[in-house]
Amino acid sequence: MESKGDIGTARNKQSVGVYLKKYWQLYLLLFIPMLYLLIFKYIPMIYVQIAFKKYSIIESVWTLPLAEKNGFQYFIQAFNDNDFLRALRNTVVLNLLDLVIGFPVPIIFAIILNELVFTRFKKAVQTVAYMPHFLSWVIIYGLALQLFAPSTGLINNILTKFGKDAVPFLNDSAHWVWTYIFLGVWQSFGWNSIIYLAAIAGINQELYEAAEVDGAGRWSRIWHITLPGIKPTIVILLIMAIGNIMGSSFDRPYALQNNLVMDWANVISTYVYTRGIKGLQFSLTTAVGLFQSVVGVFFLLTANHISRKMGERGIW
Amino acid sequence: MGRNKLHFGDFVIAFICVLVAIICLVPMINLAARSLSSTDALVKHEVYLWPKGWNFDAYKTVLSDVKYIRSFFWTVFLTIMSMLISLLMTTICAYPLIFKELRGRKLINVIITITMFFNAGTIPNYLLIQKLGLLNNPLVLMIPYCLSVYNMIIMRSFFYGIPDSLRESAEIDGASYFRILWSIYLPLSKPVLATLALFYAVGRWNGYSDALMYMKKEIFYPLQLLLYNILNNVNSVEVATQEGFSTPGLAESLKAAIVMFSTIPILCVYPWLQKYFIAGTMVGAVKE
Repeated sequence: MESKGDIGTARNKQSVGVYLKKYWQLYLLLFIPMLYLLIFKYIPMIYVQIAFKKYSIIESVWTLPLAEKNGFQYFIQAFNDNDFLRALRNTVVLNLLDLVIGFPVPIIFAIILNELVFTRFKKAVQTVAYMPHFLSWVIIYGLALQLFAPSTGLINNILTKFGKDAVPFLNDSAHWVWTYIFLGVWQSFGWNSIIYLAAIAGINQELYEAAEVDGAGRWSRIWHITLPGIKPTIVILLIMAIGNIMGSSFDRPYALQNNLVMDWANVISTYVYTRGIKGLQFSLTTAVGLFQSVVGVFFLLTANHISRKMGERGIW
Repeated sequence: MGRNKLHFGDFVIAFICVLVAIICLVPMINLAARSLSSTDALVKHEVYLWPKGWNFDAYKTVLSDVKYIRSFFWTVFLTIMSMLISLLMTTICAYPLIFKELRGRKLINVIITITMFFNAGTIPNYLLIQKLGLLNNPLVLMIPYCLSVYNMIIMRSFFYGIPDSLRESAEIDGASYFRILWSIYLPLSKPVLATLALFYAVGRWNGYSDALMYMKKEIFYPLQLLLYNILNNVNSVEVATQEGFSTPGLAESLKAAIVMFSTIPILCVYPWLQKYFIAGTMVGAVKE
């Protein structure tokens, strides 16, 4: 028995050697990205524990003393902080508005574009509609200033010329919210329509031909063929959008916000930046970040679960 | 669609598309017009979509300012470097994972996927950068975001589309895996390489938040951060205007010229790569 086992491991060792001799190049290639992920994605996860600890620059994160209230001091502090509560509300409200207004626009645009029969013109419209996606938020902010500034902006110049009052698009919170949403839709609708155009291109053309024979009009064609054809894509993207309702990008709100509208423009990401990196409240802002990602993952899992219940395929 | 008759509806749709195109273009046209207009016309609010009092003064000011020129070339350098580093990282991550017989492949896939869902957050990332001594180091603008898992998946899906028989016959001929990547996969992957090069380059060209957080030395500011600071100083003038002060017109056209200056490179590149990035986006969408 023993000798048999020995032979077995020897064979196994030999085959591992042979295996590595064959595949070492692939492991060597993979080693570098894996090292990157370990350092830049996994090691920061160690630092998450400072959400529960009293941070100090000198000490190692492992030996830091636990924060008060069983470590939950900073979470309690965050939820007693009006700035954070406002940032939380703003994150959810702005994301919801983005979802309700921004989500349907690329679908409608893709359907309209699909109905456009002038091929060359269609290409030109697509190129133009993709353009805003390639502009940075700083540039878009620059553009927004030229368009919406109270006294020098294009739109207010036109309004005042016709004797109307200037609209404070950027300097009043309620107006700013709509400007923010509009700029978001403007920047992304063309780009986001690509995926729907791809889905539409995948619809069986015979369906359209059959509808043509049956004398179906444009509306019934869209309603009975195009929309059902892209429904799976819509559902998946909707789940991802709902799952992202707690997410907050940094570049867009930070570039567009100004001091006059902070009560509605400060979102979690910008709150974490100003309080954490600028204000050095590391434990508090790490706690806020952890809260945000835990709730975010919860939303994603829930949305996926619901879509499976509804008989659609989930994201994973 | 096999329709050859034009309906009234076709013109309505064309009209809507024209409107959409106008909405996309008007801000850029307005900006270009302002950057080319005279101070006088700007102060009088006479500039809409066509320059008034044509002149290139604002551009001359921008192009003769060492600060912009230096930042411009630094950003070009940064963009090219990070694009190359990212493409290399993406390729060497995606390529080994297409070998289904590779042991540990499932585990590696899990390790990669987890990073898509859980991000440690702004502050832990900042502390890491600090620990690594990368704060205020120019490398911080090239290394920390050099691999996008999403882009890696796009590339992997593209590699999957290349027939296995090609590499199997090369393996029989005794080609090494490096060799197979270099002589078979990369030459066949030009569309996806072009797409990802564009994505990474645009990301670097447009990004400013990493510099805002990790870089305090002004000589290493990428163009977008410089632009952000300029716009915000001018913005305080803008707020002052509301309270009854007058904006200096040159500042207006200068602002426009600087925005133009930092936008034009990208606007010159993307239309030529359109057919690639559409294909690239679709690969990512269909596969995952």
